Amino acid sequence: METLLKVRNLSVELNGEKIISNLSFELKRGQIITILGPNGAGKTTLLRALLGIIPYKGKIKWKRGIKIGYVPQRVPFVKDFPISVKEFLKLKSKDENEIKEIIKIVGFDEKILNKNISELSSGQYQRILFAWSLLGNPDVILLDEPTSGIDIVGERTIYQIVKKLKDEKKISAILITHDLSVVFKYSDYCICLNKVPICQGKPKKINQKNLERLYNFEIKFYKHVE
Amino acid sequence: MLSNFFEVLISAIFVGGVCGYLGSLMLSRRMSVVSDPLSHLALPGAVFALIFNFDISLGAFLALFFGSILIWLIEQKTKLSTEASIAIIFSISLAITFLFLEKHEIEEAIVGDISKVGFFETIFIVIICLLTFLIVHKIYSKLILISISEELAKSEKMSIRKYQLLYLISISLMAALGIRFVGALLIAGLIAIPAASARNIAKNLKNFKFLSLVFGAISSFLGTIIANFLNLPVGPLIIISSFSIFLICSILSKFK
Repeated sequence: METLLKVRNLSVELNGEKIISNLSFELKRGQIITILGPNGAGKTTLLRALLGIIPYKGKIKWKRGIKIGYVPQRVPFVKDFPISVKEFLKLKSKDENEIKEIIKIVGFDEKILNKNISELSSGQYQRILFAWSLLGNPDVILLDEPTSGIDIVGERTIYQIVKKLKDEKKISAILITHDLSVVFKYSDYCICLNKVPICQGKPKKINQKNLERLYNFEIKFYKHVE
Repeated sequence: MLSNFFEVLISAIFVGGVCGYLGSLMLSRRMSVVSDPLSHLALPGAVFALIFNFDISLGAFLALFFGSILIWLIEQKTKLSTEASIAIIFSISLAITFLFLEKHEIEEAIVGDISKVGFFETIFIVIICLLTFLIVHKIYSKLILISISEELAKSEKMSIRKYQLLYLISISLMAALGIRFVGALLIAGLIAIPAASARNIAKNLKNFKFLSLVFGAISSFLGTIIANFLNLPVGPLIIISSFSIFLICSILSKFK
């Protein structure tokens, strides 16, 4: 399988604080990687470093000309001005046929395009953001807790679509999640991150001991600070 | 009747329309770095121009442009809130102004002065308006994306600073022109009210920016006509017309 991304000895420091150290991994075409870890473990920072929007040390090497789709965590609802779903998606792609196609992929009827963003439920909005990441034929999508604020049905839908895109179009994904069942059911590779990589490999390798290390570390860390 | 009635009418419609259009980008909180300093900086700028004897539009433009950048720098370097930074720059510029200001000059700065709008000024104003409109029209969708989420904009490899700077220049230009018609204190109204009216009834973005522009132009049109008819100052009547449209839209939105 073709390698889309190589990360070697990645370290990120923000305001003098080490957020991530010594992380190495690879992403192959059609692979789904999940990032698991407690709050403040550097998961979002990792995605932002991969996108090149924050400075980092080490090596991040994307395949040439790769197209990346991204959904940040909790994009605030648009309340300040009226904007329809179609107008929102058109900020990224001018191609209306593509927009209609993607809207169907994420499980909506075309009718939703004329709705105002402010009329959507938070689950619908999250799926529209997901649709945003799929515009422009990405080779890989980066999703930062794509299901926060969604009920269980909506959550399953998003992960099922990611899986389907992987199977049918060989789209790769890097997902941040708190949900272990997602890790086991949908991902090919998992990185347990708490500033340093605690464990990484096939999801079945994750065991009680690793998880304890991953999340206990957080508790000890806080105690230490106090 | 004003001797330069048609010049004033045409310039006012163009300035009002484009100010309204720019205002549609200002409702979002993320643009407030650019928008809040407006009325606070335009006045000292205009007064400086009067003291040193150059055009008040130029004075307002320079004050807005450099003042906004200064405020932005203070905010970046000291981590003060935008409001605090504005308060600092606003007070110091006003304090210096009051030291030098002579009484008869106050009126022109506060209420505006349309007697200086002649034929060539009108042509100049119309050209600046059209240029500003074209620039903002071209980057409108980028600015909207920035105000929705800077994170999304960054992931699209957009240079946020570049677009904010272009918007800042545009808004400074329009405010500088607007100051001739409504004066320094009402300039924020010229920009903010049409968009607020449109916000009340618009269904989508296209609708919203179109209505902001139209409401801005209509307010200026009505204000100028009524002012001319009643022999009253133009600026306040433009703002009152704009406010009337706002009231009507607010009532209409209840029936939506």
